[in-house]
Amino acid sequence: MNPITNRYEFVFLFDVANGNPNGDPDAGNLPRIDPETNQGLVTDVCLKRKIRNYVSLEKEDSPGFAIYMQEKAVLNNQHKKAYEALSIKPEDNKLPKEEAKARELTQWMCKNFFDVRTFGAVMTTKVNSGQVRGPVQLAFASSIDPVVPMEVSITRMAVTTEAEAEKQSGDNRTMGRKHIVPYGLYRAHGFISAKLAERTGFGEEDLDLVWRSLINMFEHDRSAARGEMSARKLIVFKHDNPMGNAPAHLLFDAVKVKRVEGEEDTPARSFSDYEVSVDSESVPQGVSVEEKL
Amino acid sequence: MAYGVKLLIWGERACFTRPEMKVERVSYDIITPSAARGILEAIHWKPAIRWVIDRITVLKPIRFESIRRNEVGTKASAGSISSAIKKGTTEGLHNIVEDDRQQRASTILKDVAYVIEAHFEMTSKAGSDDSEGKHLDIFNRRARKGQYFHAPCLGVREFPAYFRLIEDGEPPLAIDESLQGEKDLGYMLHDFDFADEVIPHFFRARMQDGVVEVPPLKSEEVRA
Repeated sequence: MNPITNRYEFVFLFDVANGNPNGDPDAGNLPRIDPETNQGLVTDVCLKRKIRNYVSLEKEDSPGFAIYMQEKAVLNNQHKKAYEALSIKPEDNKLPKEEAKARELTQWMCKNFFDVRTFGAVMTTKVNSGQVRGPVQLAFASSIDPVVPMEVSITRMAVTTEAEAEKQSGDNRTMGRKHIVPYGLYRAHGFISAKLAERTGFGEEDLDLVWRSLINMFEHDRSAARGEMSARKLIVFKHDNPMGNAPAHLLFDAVKVKRVEGEEDTPARSFSDYEVSVDSESVPQGVSVEEKL
Repeated sequence: MAYGVKLLIWGERACFTRPEMKVERVSYDIITPSAARGILEAIHWKPAIRWVIDRITVLKPIRFESIRRNEVGTKASAGSISSAIKKGTTEGLHNIVEDDRQQRASTILKDVAYVIEAHFEMTSKAGSDDSEGKHLDIFNRRARKGQYFHAPCLGVREFPAYFRLIEDGEPPLAIDESLQGEKDLGYMLHDFDFADEVIPHFFRARMQDGVVEVPPLKSEEVRA
């Protein structure tokens, strides 16, 4: 697979209705909130996890698309496909032995593991080539407007232990809590470097898979805590050379998300309460805008 | 011919981790010369040149925020990769994140903006067709157009750095009032010396009205 030859930036919009997109371990699993602005947050690693999970579902361990950082829930080894060993020769035999060895390991990992090729990985070799920087870089996603998490108390008609049952003299009820965001539209920014893709062998097919996973990842991540999450917009800026043709911040500024006119003072409760516009006029020469979703 | 460059960089969040607080990361108050060098190298670098940071100007008030994330604690082990290569299968070669989970908090900077002033020196790897003017032109051209080799970041890759070249003769940018006066930032990582082994060097960072002068790596003020 030939590595990609264009630089990309992307704006990814997704929303949540009555769910918790990303809990904060510091705050008893409340949805993450930026304490200064009350905007909701979703960390980069949360989104990367979902991309990995989607890829392992779609590719089911086909050669070259294994996932190194796995969750047990997605282990799918019953469908192990016949694996074709890839023989790799180190490109440069002039390297010192240790470095050549490390490079060989790294190359093999990049070839076989989608997440290593895409996001990078750190390996325990002391040489510099034991570290892979992947081409795809994601920043924290934050909500367009401040979100107000709600605490929902729920009851369960069962208890876990005998002791509890005795204490309640057979009433057998426990209370639980859920934290939800009634509605939040989140915006994430991402970067894809063609030059780092050269080093890990991240190709066009991988790129399409990244777009597919962004669009579909919430469809396979349903759970009691998440509520309804959906990918809403994926706007990709493609530069016609590997170094790019425009500053990233200008491109991101071209994507504006506003409340529908006249509704600014009411709380948003659905995606139709927002207007997304892409100002293609302000996008410099040599950058094309693609709306993948 | 101008010899140095001035770059404005900014971002929503940043984490320039203190080496003594790496597990539950705590950021330095300001960008380290090492991180600033990394940003310049993300835009343009060749083995023929070595970036030297001269001055860091802090434009925005220093504010922190804490964030806790699930992380993993191990690296991929070279031994198990080798044996997987020998066996010719990736089976069993993965990391189960639930078994290796570490929740770590990071104390990070919020809403930062800096002006980095730097120049570069030619290294022994410079060939006959490497001239200072050429590399300076390449850097300026890229920085003007917003081009980069890979997206620069503010300490860690999840915090992207936006940048803009500051042209000669531009009026100085406003420095926040809270940065007026003298502030001792204590000993701070200057950069690593990669010459032989990788040795960290430290310097005493003093901020005068928002400006930190960075001594050369090999000077007396810098300790390894």
